[in-house]
Amino acid sequence: MTQIPVIPAVETPAEAAPKRLGKRRGWKSYSVYVGLAAILVYCLAPFYWMLVSSFRRTSDIFDNSLLPQPFSAENYFKVFDGSTMFGQALLNSLIVAGVTTAAALVLGIFAAYAISRLNFRFKSVILGVIIATSMFPGISVVVPLLRLFTDIGWINTYQAMIVPNLSFAIPLAVWNLTTFMKSLPFDLEEAAMIDGCSKWQAFRKVLLPLAAPGVFTTAILTFIHSWNEFIIALSMVNDPAIQTATVAISKFTGATEFQAPFGEQMAAGVIVTIPLVIMVLIFQRRIVEGLTSGATK
Amino acid sequence: MAAMLLSPTLLVLALVIAYPLISALYQSMFRQQSGLDADGFVSEGEVFVGLGNYTDLFVGETGARFLNAFGNTTFFTVTTVALETILGLCLALAMNRAFRGRSFLRASILIPWAIPTAVSGLLWRWIFQSDGIANNLIGSEILWTAEGVASKVAIIVAEVWKTAPFIGLLVLAGMQIIPEEVYEAARIDGAGFWRQVRSITLPLVKPTLLVAVLFRLLDALRMFDLPFVLIGPGKESVETLSMLAWDESNQLRYGSASAFAIILFLYVAVVAIAFVKILGADVAGTKEVRALSRATSTRKVKAAR
Repeated sequence: MTQIPVIPAVETPAEAAPKRLGKRRGWKSYSVYVGLAAILVYCLAPFYWMLVSSFRRTSDIFDNSLLPQPFSAENYFKVFDGSTMFGQALLNSLIVAGVTTAAALVLGIFAAYAISRLNFRFKSVILGVIIATSMFPGISVVVPLLRLFTDIGWINTYQAMIVPNLSFAIPLAVWNLTTFMKSLPFDLEEAAMIDGCSKWQAFRKVLLPLAAPGVFTTAILTFIHSWNEFIIALSMVNDPAIQTATVAISKFTGATEFQAPFGEQMAAGVIVTIPLVIMVLIFQRRIVEGLTSGATK
Repeated sequence: MAAMLLSPTLLVLALVIAYPLISALYQSMFRQQSGLDADGFVSEGEVFVGLGNYTDLFVGETGARFLNAFGNTTFFTVTTVALETILGLCLALAMNRAFRGRSFLRASILIPWAIPTAVSGLLWRWIFQSDGIANNLIGSEILWTAEGVASKVAIIVAEVWKTAPFIGLLVLAGMQIIPEEVYEAARIDGAGFWRQVRSITLPLVKPTLLVAVLFRLLDALRMFDLPFVLIGPGKESVETLSMLAWDESNQLRYGSASAFAIILFLYVAVVAIAFVKILGADVAGTKEVRALSRATSTRKVKAAR
């Protein structure tokens, strides 16, 4: 589309606008607040219910009070009591998501630099192909690779999850980084090169520091996607010592055979989600920029 | 230079995208056979069946299961994306009018998006328990997580909850690059709120909305985690193509699993291409790439002078 510069920050029009609202404080402005309250309830109520349920005792898990009465952390102790290897699963998730993110970033930075700064034939074709791969269905990767990995003995290893994860992490990283690097002016690098920097030096000393915010945003997005990944981890690993947290909680049957341990499941769900919620709270503006930078161009 | 920088990325993509695609095509022409041979020994192995796995998609037991999964996938994609788009637009409109507490709103709207789908499946499974909060609130005794229409509804509710905010966020970003003057002019000309939405916001936000809808369509077509965790594998009323292919490969029937995976891939590709061709969604920003390469080449010409 047109060459719109990167949206500076989602808030700009908002900050310019309050005077408009001040004048007419009728039912309209109240209806706005009602609408916003509805959005808050919509987004947070299910999550809140998970949180509340996780703090109930097993005996009153079916209570429907809005606060846990009495408050109890017993589910959290049970989650970590060792029978479920949940702590190990969290560590596995961290390793898999961390390595996936790092690998995708390294490959993505070089690819994005080439696409945004160099001229070569078939450039838009290559970018198109890389982006097109991101719509590849996970199952179409899993079925053939499952067989390959069985043959070469990779089942129940970290790399069996990390390598297929790159199928969605690389397109995500390349695309985000390319959009970001394209938004940076070429002039600074040009000036550096006129002053005698080599291309590599201009890249390392000028472009990379400038692109750091974009790299960081990409890292957050890639990490969240890899942390949430399910079908690959479910298929490639069946050893509880290697499986990731999302798979571990889906298989959570707990100690009792008779009833699904909902309290523990909710507690485990909260634990898996909390790192993401913290990231969202701290980096919300970056995340939104990263998510929207491609779509609004 | 460019080749050197791009080759690692392309190499990895070849391993995790091109190889699986070719390998799936190849494997989909074989079938696992086990039976007794003429001497009474158990013989196991794979036999070449050509397009047998594909022709089987329309007959017999496999055929019924495939058509059911195909129908479910299509049904879930159409219903959830339609609902998400409407709801996402409403969310964006409401947020675009909000001036205070916007960052808090933004953080809370990101939470459904950030929750892992597997966790949200568990969460909704708990909400939809027979004696859970959903039945309690609407005073019913529906078995949401068993087979049947109710389970489809449960999937749709959970999916829309998680993904409507995503559309809302993208559309909001598109709304915020519309200059305020346009609205001002419309107001001076006497256009009311709805008229402004219809004549300014919607047309100008359309490119962004199209991209968001395309993303969601492609994502919904490969739906797996949510039905898998919320209802469970092998349930007829919610089995999607991804789940069917996964189940087949779990049974070591790689041939038919590959055929299902190929069909799903083709389905996704056809939808994507049709969407881009018909509605003209500029996903890759290719026009921009061209504009940029033009700009850099003129710069070179200037530098050469």
